Amino acid sequence: MMTEGSEVILSVRDLTAEVDGTPILKGMSLEIKAGEIHAIMGPNGSGKSTFSKVLAGHPAYEVTGGEVIFQGQNLLEMEPEERARSGVFLAFQYPLEIPGVSNLDFLRVAYNSRRKHQGLEELDAFDFDELIQEKLDVVKMDSAFLSRSVNEGFSGGEKKRNEILQMAILEPKLAILDETDSGLDIDALKIVANGVNQLANPENAMLVITHYQRLLNYIIPDRVHVMANGRIITSGTKELALELEARGYDWLLEAETAEVAV
Amino acid sequence: MSAAVKTLVNQPYKYGFVTTIETDTIPRGLNEDVIRLISSKKNEPEFMLEFRLRAYRHWLKMTEPTWPHVTYPAIDYQDIIYYSAPKQKAKKNSLDEVDPALLETFEKLGIPLSEQKRLTNVAVDAIFDSVSIATTFREKLAKEGVIFCSISEALHEYPELVQKYLGSVVPIADNYFAALNSAVFSDGSFVYIPKGVKCPMELSTYFRINSGDTGQFERTLIVAEEGSHVSYLEGCTAPMYDSNQLHAAVVELVALDNAEIKYSTVQNWYAGDENGKGGIYNFVTKRGLCQGVNSKISWTQVETGSAITWKYPSCVLVGDNSVGEFYSVALTNNYQQADTGTKMVHIGKNTRSTIISKGISAGHSKNSYRGLVKMSPKAEGARNYSQCDSMLIGDNAQANTFPYIQVQNHTAKLEHEASTSKIGEDQLFYFTQRGISQEDAVSMMISGFCKDVFNQLPMEFAVEADRLLSLKLEGSVG
Repeated sequence: MMTEGSEVILSVRDLTAEVDGTPILKGMSLEIKAGEIHAIMGPNGSGKSTFSKVLAGHPAYEVTGGEVIFQGQNLLEMEPEERARSGVFLAFQYPLEIPGVSNLDFLRVAYNSRRKHQGLEELDAFDFDELIQEKLDVVKMDSAFLSRSVNEGFSGGEKKRNEILQMAILEPKLAILDETDSGLDIDALKIVANGVNQLANPENAMLVITHYQRLLNYIIPDRVHVMANGRIITSGTKELALELEARGYDWLLEAETAEVAV
Repeated sequence: MSAAVKTLVNQPYKYGFVTTIETDTIPRGLNEDVIRLISSKKNEPEFMLEFRLRAYRHWLKMTEPTWPHVTYPAIDYQDIIYYSAPKQKAKKNSLDEVDPALLETFEKLGIPLSEQKRLTNVAVDAIFDSVSIATTFREKLAKEGVIFCSISEALHEYPELVQKYLGSVVPIADNYFAALNSAVFSDGSFVYIPKGVKCPMELSTYFRINSGDTGQFERTLIVAEEGSHVSYLEGCTAPMYDSNQLHAAVVELVALDNAEIKYSTVQNWYAGDENGKGGIYNFVTKRGLCQGVNSKISWTQVETGSAITWKYPSCVLVGDNSVGEFYSVALTNNYQQADTGTKMVHIGKNTRSTIISKGISAGHSKNSYRGLVKMSPKAEGARNYSQCDSMLIGDNAQANTFPYIQVQNHTAKLEHEASTSKIGEDQLFYFTQRGISQEDAVSMMISGFCKDVFNQLPMEFAVEADRLLSLKLEGSVG
């Protein structure tokens, strides 16, 4: 994908963050332009999920340094709901179950809060219903899901598809997918990846966090970053993901340790 | 719990004002002379004084129950004022004679009593401290044969009805607080629906505690004759005081053959401050007797106030095929404590009961469901369905469930379901990450959780209850 001269959607510089006093992010830097798909890979505990939650504004994480600029705005000064309304979307690794709140109501209230933020009129239940029927196709979901409580009793695959459905409705500027492939069988993985590909366009950006190269067979990244010990230790093209698949992370980690020792 | 959640739950109490009014108040303390004094002030028939004295003598021999899952300092029963009434003309013939300060008080509470402003579809009995101030639509209801008045008036105008039913469902020595109430109750509402009449409007009693040292002991009696039908609602508020006030009420319902009584409560007594100082001790005995065949009694309660709630609206299902229902939402926040639930006692054949209980605990509160389902030996084919759901908000609240089941008939069927859910930081983050504010998130989750119960409330009150819960929780989540 040609991205020379495209608008910068996200710019992260020397970001540090901690949870309960334990530093997790130790100098993250990253830039993503419109139309790009970036992947972040890395071993367990490298800080991938923390990075996604910090971007979305999870209250348990405290930012201790650095900056995050999202479409020219200081993201770190914004409340989580403002970030969401401005177009930051996080597909959760473990989507939460919300008993008693129907999926349809949840989607409508979320959608309308984004519309309101954009200065648009809120959609009533009828118009929203039309919109959602279209979007259901993106993830091949049955409309019966809409009347059920949010994620309650959903299988792992259904929960992930529901995340992509929300993403399809909210049309984010920056979509962060946190291990969306975890726990998916190959069919569900294809549906999810296909949904993501349909939603990617030259105006938005995607950040795909994953453990395995498998997902990247379906969602082709422009850049692949490897995270370890709270920061990016190396970046490359999609071939880097294949190399990691073949060789594991150890050779990179050893190089990293050697570097730190010097 | 984050700061945002806290501010969300801790909304100021809107009804905490005090009305300045001249009162007729008796000295503190309780003895037989005080009871005689109350009875004579109310100019009661002799049987009533006897009833009170018998109850008092029983009460002296009883001890306060210690089994509820609540803690509070010992109550000094000699430090309570048992009767306090606004000074006004002995007999009020119309609203014009009611002290304007009182009318204004009720208007401020959202219960206008004057002809022009009163609710058009609800008749209201307004009770201020120990006495009834006014009852609207009395004449209109009388045309249908429906009696709706204060229990003091009923004792003068329909003494034989009161004598027949008072204490027939909750005997004077039923429990410690019921005995106390039977000895000293000062007022309350009386409802009588004659045979075959469907009461044309909602009946409602609004209880207001005003004084800081007075206990409120009210008594409600509702009798539904054969084939009649009535829907009744009570509401309650009190000023904010640093001290605790005792409220020990007794409610008795009697449903004869094919009669139906629907009793709804929205309880919003002052709950104390965020540190647990002050608030009402709400120790209440409510029981309905389904005496006739095919009769039905349905309790719906939304309990949001009081420092301590001790309350088990119950149904005794004597008539064959009779039905008992209990729908409850109990919300506790800060240092509130609630031990509430129901008793369904199946005696007749094919009797059925349903229990839906929703407990919401926020802050440092304790919220317990306690319920008994009893199938006695003759309850052939009896059935019960119970569902007890708890929701925890934040990390410091407590939810408990104490179900008691006694089955003495092998044809009886019981089902019991229970669940616990939580509104925590992660649930809220899920909503906010989708652009939904924390306030809206909490209100959506609470409405969803309480839907089954709110659906049972009369329309106007369902909206009110929904709003009330959101207000109560404002600031508690985040």
